[in-house]
Amino acid sequence: MAMALPLAYASSVVHPFEAGRLSFSTKSTKHKKQIYQFRKVTKVLAYYGLTNPPYKLDALEPYMSRRTLELHWGNIHRGYADSLNKQLANSPLYGCTMEELIKTTFNNGNPLPEYNNAAEVWNHDFFWESMQPNGGRLPWGGVLDQIEKDFGSFSNFRDEFVRSAMMLFGSGWVWLVLNTNERRLSIVRTSNALCPLVWGDIPIISLDMWEHAYYLDYKDDVSKYVNNFMDHLISWHSATARMVRAEAFVNLGEPKIPVA
Amino acid sequence: MALRALFTKGAPTLAFGLGPFASAGGSGTRWQGLCHARGLKVAALPDLEYDYGALEPAISGEIMRLHHQKHHKAYVSNYNDALEKLDAAMAKGDVPAVVRLQSAIKFNGGGHINHTIFWKNLKPVNEGGGEPPHATLGWAIDTDFGSLEALVQKMNAEGAALQGSGWVWLALDKERKKLLVETTANQDPLVTKGARLVPLLGIGVWEHAYYLQYKNVKPDYLKNIWNVMNWKYASEVYDSEIA
Repeated sequence: MAMALPLAYASSVVHPFEAGRLSFSTKSTKHKKQIYQFRKVTKVLAYYGLTNPPYKLDALEPYMSRRTLELHWGNIHRGYADSLNKQLANSPLYGCTMEELIKTTFNNGNPLPEYNNAAEVWNHDFFWESMQPNGGRLPWGGVLDQIEKDFGSFSNFRDEFVRSAMMLFGSGWVWLVLNTNERRLSIVRTSNALCPLVWGDIPIISLDMWEHAYYLDYKDDVSKYVNNFMDHLISWHSATARMVRAEAFVNLGEPKIPVA
Repeated sequence: MALRALFTKGAPTLAFGLGPFASAGGSGTRWQGLCHARGLKVAALPDLEYDYGALEPAISGEIMRLHHQKHHKAYVSNYNDALEKLDAAMAKGDVPAVVRLQSAIKFNGGGHINHTIFWKNLKPVNEGGGEPPHATLGWAIDTDFGSLEALVQKMNAEGAALQGSGWVWLALDKERKKLLVETTANQDPLVTKGARLVPLLGIGVWEHAYYLQYKNVKPDYLKNIWNVMNWKYASEVYDSEIA
């Protein structure tokens, strides 16, 4: 999965004290200049880049317009990434993957100021990859088996997902997660920027229910948006890849190996 | 009063004695007949006192129409639905059902309350919208915030910083007789922040309030909405509470 990678910018972490001492003993201008440069650059920063959605901005038409993606990704998602990097310039948080950063800044329910931006950057990355052109329809193989096992049938799952989305009050997200405690798939709703990663579940698919995600295309017709997502946008390819990775962390039972 | 109501376009349908939220013969809904028989007062969508396009260019006519006819109406319908279910659950003594319905009532009822106030907070420019407050409210603002500009700046800052959906309020603490700026999340009415708080002005910062026109530039919406702010309404509420 394409993730925002942290770049450590740690060009020569020299203690200013030593740099000062060094500059005393030297006479040549070139050496002095090098030391002076070392002294200036003593800051270590983390930085998270904005990744592109894995398709062109008009690829999800007519279910999600290019204009929506231009604003949603280009302005809103980018805005969160920029705000996050600005915050991190003055923050001791360094060396985390996005997932670690989210869990750390969530701070067990007392979120630090960086949490909102970090979570929203990750949430939107995850959301773009939860969709694909010519998506929707049915999953297959292991994902379908697991859905049928945990929800009874695919249409039960679909109905519950749509119902959950319609019941969300305010801004938030709807998720299909692999519940690590109960070792089964389940559907959760979260408000604002809350992400199931913080309580240890593994997200498989997400749907952005903030109004900016659908208002330009659907105005107040939320039901049409959610149904179009289920029928035409949801990427079961991504879901399969995520399930495969998730099963490395959660034991879902013995695989059905056919006996010769 | 009644004659004027007949001839003025978009006049509010206020039935005497029932308060601004309920209506005896308002925008017809099926609940009115049924529930009145059981004595259950339902909510009704209030009419706007101005045309949908009258607040341009601060707020577009398209947004006003959708906001009033779709969003506010949905809150009213869903509130009435939940109220009916609550009535049935209470009659049966079904405590879990009563508790389960609380969030729907808070959300939809809050939405109805907040939007009813919001429509009264706005006024077209040629009818006095944007005219700064004078007299008692004006002095109170200067006392509690320093100046009108400082208040506007504070409310805009709080509105811009609000994560997700919610409201920014200019509130009156009626016991301490002080003005303050408050925010509420989602459709929580101002009273959820304190029973002593009376809303004077509210600005909705749900994305449906501005996205079609301002896209994600919320600060522009917050800057422009002051051009159509109905300070006269805020003054009236303030004076009646202070007295």
